[in-house]
Amino acid sequence: MDTKSYIESGILELYVSGQLSEKENQEVAKYANKYPEIKEEIIEIEKAILGLSAALAQKNVPAFDTIKNRLDEKPNSRVIPMESKRKSWTSYTGWAASALLTIGLAYLYNQNQALNSEVQIAENELRQMEFQIAEANNSLEKSKQLLFVLRDKNMATIPLGGQNVSPDSYARAYWNKEKQQLFIDAQGLPEPPDGMAYQVWSLTLDPLTPTSVGLLEDFIDDDNKVFAFTNPNESQAFGITLEPAGGSEFPTLEQLYVLGTVSS
Amino acid sequence: MNLEELVGRFQRKDKAAFEQLYNMYAENICGVINAIVQNSALSEEICQDVFVKIWNKAASYNSSKGRFFTWILNIARNAAIDELRSKSHKNQKLNLSTTYFVGILENPRDEEDNGINIERIGKFINKLKQKCIELIDLIYFKGYTQKEVSETLNIPLGTVKTRNRSCISQLRENMKNT
Repeated sequence: MDTKSYIESGILELYVSGQLSEKENQEVAKYANKYPEIKEEIIEIEKAILGLSAALAQKNVPAFDTIKNRLDEKPNSRVIPMESKRKSWTSYTGWAASALLTIGLAYLYNQNQALNSEVQIAENELRQMEFQIAEANNSLEKSKQLLFVLRDKNMATIPLGGQNVSPDSYARAYWNKEKQQLFIDAQGLPEPPDGMAYQVWSLTLDPLTPTSVGLLEDFIDDDNKVFAFTNPNESQAFGITLEPAGGSEFPTLEQLYVLGTVSS
Repeated sequence: MNLEELVGRFQRKDKAAFEQLYNMYAENICGVINAIVQNSALSEEICQDVFVKIWNKAASYNSSKGRFFTWILNIARNAAIDELRSKSHKNQKLNLSTTYFVGILENPRDEEDNGINIERIGKFINKLKQKCIELIDLIYFKGYTQKEVSETLNIPLGTVKTRNRSCISQLRENMKNT
């Protein structure tokens, strides 16, 4: 027999894992007895699994003493003495019926408990899902309103381009001059560092006069990163700067992230 | 005394022989159980039950069931998996199909909970590919059949056997170097 290719086939690894049928097990055991190299290989494979499994044990493996006194318990072989006195069969059937009834009741009670707890779980899940649906509806409604407002024919779109501090940044201003509505889509701005906030400025250019429109509050937690403001100014440009939380009176121009002019 | 004699005496209900076998294999068996349930206190409890079970089933072992270790390995993982599937742990985080034993390593927060010696296990598996870790876990600790392994890991049935061999060879290589 070609023991080398037998070993290479991987059957011995499966033998150690217990994957083989009884017949295959006996065959492997037979070869192991006959060919020492097969037996040696089996022992080596087993050693690898022994090493790995021992390394996975918890730090304190219980000592033998902890199970020693449990070894004498005889499983399922308790002897129940029979009563020698004979009773009429009616009394036995009576006892048997009452025992059956008790068992039946206990069973039903358990079933009922189990069902009740399942109902409870299902109700909780239902509530959570209803809540999620309500939230989704809410968010959908908000998005629809926003879209409706942005589509107004008087809404001007002003792209704000990244400046020296952060050339990759971008934002967009939507300005309805008549209604004095201003929306800032700030998705293209990086998250502000702790203790800092973005501040939106309305600018008139000649002479350069900045007027604060407001802060992009709770920037990180805002999902759609669209912020609404009221802008009564005769704006010629919009800019966003990074300021200490709470905002500044005048813009820190070194921290000007994006800027864009209103086309007349 | 060699293993065959020891096992023979154990089968004739010789407690001293059983104690020797216990000392030989307790760490391994507890380790397999811990790899499955990943909880130190629970695995200790199951491990004790498993050895009592092994003692009670002593007469049923014979060579058609494979190596002695293979036989007790089988009893241990069945007990651990039964425990996981039992009602009492339904709601706990234990999830048989998705946690491999290395999950323990990737999630150091659980370290105290499972009590595994990370350095020790690290040496065995640091060079093993994730594929091998998954394969060894499924075959040796979870007792998956070749077919189940092929479906779970999405590899052809025919390669399970050979890949398992090459993974075990790597494991042996790692152990040689530690």
